[in-house]
Amino acid sequence: MIDFAIKDCALAIMATGRRAQTLRELRDILRDIHPGCIYHHFWGTLLRPQFIDREYNNDFATWCHHSLHDGTAAERLAVIDPADFHDMEELRQELIEVIDERLDETEVMLFARADQQFHFARSVIVVFDTYKRLSDPRELVDVLPRLSVGSIFYHLIDARRREPIAVDDFRAWLMGLGAEYAGLCDSLAEIDPYFESLFTLRDRLTNVLTSYFYPEPSETERGPAAEGGA
Amino acid sequence: MSPEPPVTGLLDRYAEQAGLDAIEQLRQLARLLTGLKVVHVNSTRTGGGVAEILDAMVPLMQELGLDTSWEVIEGNEDFFTCTKSFHNALQGKSLDIPPRLLRAYEDVNAMNAERLRPVLEEADVVFVHDPQPAPLLSHCPGRRGKWIWRCHIDLSHPYRPVWKYVRRFLPGYDASVFSLDAFAQPMPHPVYLIPPSIDPLSEKNLPLDPETVRKVLEEFGIDPHRPMVLQVSRFDRFKDPLGVIQAYRLAKDFVPGLQLVLAGGSAVDDPEGEMVVEDVRNAARDDPDIHVLSSGHYSDRIINALQTGADIVLQKSLREGFGLTVTEAMWKGKPVIGGNTGGIRLQLVNHRTGFLVDTPEGAAMRIRYFLTERHRMAQIGQNARELVRQNFLLTRHLREYLTIMVALIHGNEDRIELG
Repeated sequence: MIDFAIKDCALAIMATGRRAQTLRELRDILRDIHPGCIYHHFWGTLLRPQFIDREYNNDFATWCHHSLHDGTAAERLAVIDPADFHDMEELRQELIEVIDERLDETEVMLFARADQQFHFARSVIVVFDTYKRLSDPRELVDVLPRLSVGSIFYHLIDARRREPIAVDDFRAWLMGLGAEYAGLCDSLAEIDPYFESLFTLRDRLTNVLTSYFYPEPSETERGPAAEGGA
Repeated sequence: MSPEPPVTGLLDRYAEQAGLDAIEQLRQLARLLTGLKVVHVNSTRTGGGVAEILDAMVPLMQELGLDTSWEVIEGNEDFFTCTKSFHNALQGKSLDIPPRLLRAYEDVNAMNAERLRPVLEEADVVFVHDPQPAPLLSHCPGRRGKWIWRCHIDLSHPYRPVWKYVRRFLPGYDASVFSLDAFAQPMPHPVYLIPPSIDPLSEKNLPLDPETVRKVLEEFGIDPHRPMVLQVSRFDRFKDPLGVIQAYRLAKDFVPGLQLVLAGGSAVDDPEGEMVVEDVRNAARDDPDIHVLSSGHYSDRIINALQTGADIVLQKSLREGFGLTVTEAMWKGKPVIGGNTGGIRLQLVNHRTGFLVDTPEGAAMRIRYFLTERHRMAQIGQNARELVRQNFLLTRHLREYLTIMVALIHGNEDRIELG
């Protein structure tokens, strides 16, 4: 059986000094901005300290909504699933496509306030080994609640852009262990990682695994005593 | 050979506040840096947010196995007058600084460099906090480590002539760190972003029992049975204490029992504070329900009791790098009304963690709202505390410092994978 190597990661966020005040400027900068910026504004936002709950799955959509007040652009940008794209260049083209479409149909150019411009940032991701190894999937039930959010990010989010499987590391491991965990993989696949904090995602993962390995006994299995009868 | 980390149990105490997972992650990250000599340099040991952060950060870094020290540059009156002017001008005030003061600034740094050079040149990583000690780098030609300029202030709209002067001391640094992207200025080296944090174990943030809080309030003549709004900050025009008094007066028409407390010490490097205190005292003179606590230094425990005893916390700044007092109040589960500016704009989300306001009138309206809708205050306070726990405690701040150190030492690639 292949062991699961628990890794952890942390982000150092870097300013690029480039910023946009209109949708057109956003598009123009997107054409040649470092691909790390696109990664950061889709995924890095999950590991970045912030005071707000996630409403959209990427910073571009959030900015269109809150600063540009262009709800249409925000909604269209928000449905882009970065996991659908082979690499950052494909994702970049999709973003430009969506924005171009919006620019074509817009007669008035909307401006963000000077102090609410979109600031392009990128991140340096530092990945390090915790030297913890799991040999049995059941161990995840105990280990997951104690994992750092950096580990959750690395194994659940970052893994999705790692070829060739491009799914989270938990499913990748379980799939490699054979068909017996197919049902568990399906349940894990139902976790949408883009809207909740990493803390909540950690709880959800733990719940799915706990329910799978330690299911609550059904009413019939519990018997009459469990129902309060005696 | 690497020094053994001192065992003080400090990390365990942080684990109780931030979670075991966060502390274990710090230990893992720090292992990549064990034994490194790290030096922080700033201009004051007490007073102000930077000193507060370093007071907690340095022992934590030591316990994680980093050979960390904290050096403070010694200055004279001209030096501090000059750096206070920097502080104001870099945050946007048009202010020309006489050449005499600039000379004092450079001379003081040169003198301090004589004293600190051996420590600084030998360090693996040097964090230089704010403009005060920035020229030290140019006096350390034999430096072997990475030098990081940590800017805690809002540089988004600096008064250009002063910024032009200050920035000439910065190109030699290996990186800069700003609190927010909007505050950053272009630099010839990597610019990192790290929002500040609060220390959950400081006297200012530990939970207090109601009896202690009541005693402190009564000690200052504050009635614990009547509503109280509080602003804790240095007496500085950017904190708009006069606007706070105006907001209180407008709200008091509707809430006659309302009390206002303006509390703040002054830092050694802030000679302008006395003038602002005088203006505030004049404005508050005829009202016994306005308590101006400005004389002397108030202990962190007193500030904690005031924040804990307040119904609402204000931070009605006109310019703010990042409102540490906003985060402190949120950690205590208080709703906050803050000025719609700088970092406060990111800290407060209307109806979620408090309210942003642009005017004294706006602040008055939100005070009235909270005091009418008291059930909302508890709900907002709970949201606020959890957000701070997850994102704005010192442990997260330290994690990002460690990450930057790893990134700089390992070449600053987009992705650094280590054993």
